[in-house]
Amino acid sequence: MGKSDRRIDIEEFDGITVATLLEKKILDEANIEALGQELFALVDKDGRKKIILDFSIVEYLSSAALGKLVTMDKKAKTNGGKVVLCNIQKDILDVFRITQLHRVLVLCSDREDAVKKF
Amino acid sequence: MAEPIFFQKKIPSNTADGLVIQEELVSLMEQFEYSMRDVFAMRLSLEEAITNAIRHGNKFASDKVVSIECEISEFRMRVVVEDQGEGFEPESVPDPTSIEYIERPSGRGLMLMRAYLNRCEYSNGGRSLEMERHRNSDLPRVDDE
Repeated sequence: MGKSDRRIDIEEFDGITVATLLEKKILDEANIEALGQELFALVDKDGRKKIILDFSIVEYLSSAALGKLVTMDKKAKTNGGKVVLCNIQKDILDVFRITQLHRVLVLCSDREDAVKKF
Repeated sequence: MAEPIFFQKKIPSNTADGLVIQEELVSLMEQFEYSMRDVFAMRLSLEEAITNAIRHGNKFASDKVVSIECEISEFRMRVVVEDQGEGFEPESVPDPTSIEYIERPSGRGLMLMRAYLNRCEYSNGGRSLEMERHRNSDLPRVDDE
């Protein structure tokens, strides 16, 4: 996969993976499916245990994308890992709250706060 | 302020065409100078409604179309999305926030539309969805806990 095709950007430090979601709008199905595969690979293929998802770029998120996040979180927990979401814009935070997923997923204000969750 | 606009359109059962019509509808909201909050609410609802019609309603069938009817004025935006599928019972959709469903990957679209829209009503056996958002609506109401 070429770098320009990627939907996430990966950084690593101190055993923590920070995956920044690169799409402003995570809406259409094909895009969401591809994003899901990239996120799942962090857990299934790479075996990463401490993952921070940075949402600073994301402006829109549909219910299908929420489904991928829930599945990724379950996969990570099953593998003894943890996923923490951070830098979530207010409108997107509302989406998590409406669906009550803020009770299932770990949401943090920023990267510094997210690191403390591990 | 611009005169109200009304139009109808039929799109094939694929999500690429769904996105195109979604962009057209959002452009209309911008033309009518709706707020970012209204646009966010309607874009999210349109995505859920059109994707549901294509995926769950028409099941991507190439011989079926999704009909879109839009009416926009300075006061509100109303969109009717209708598929040609078998229909469904909206009241049979489980609450995605309940303990047994909260960790399921799907089933949150309807809940989001109800949270963001002033009107979200199914008819024709679940094939037709009427959506309406008023300008500067205070929806969604979200607990800040």
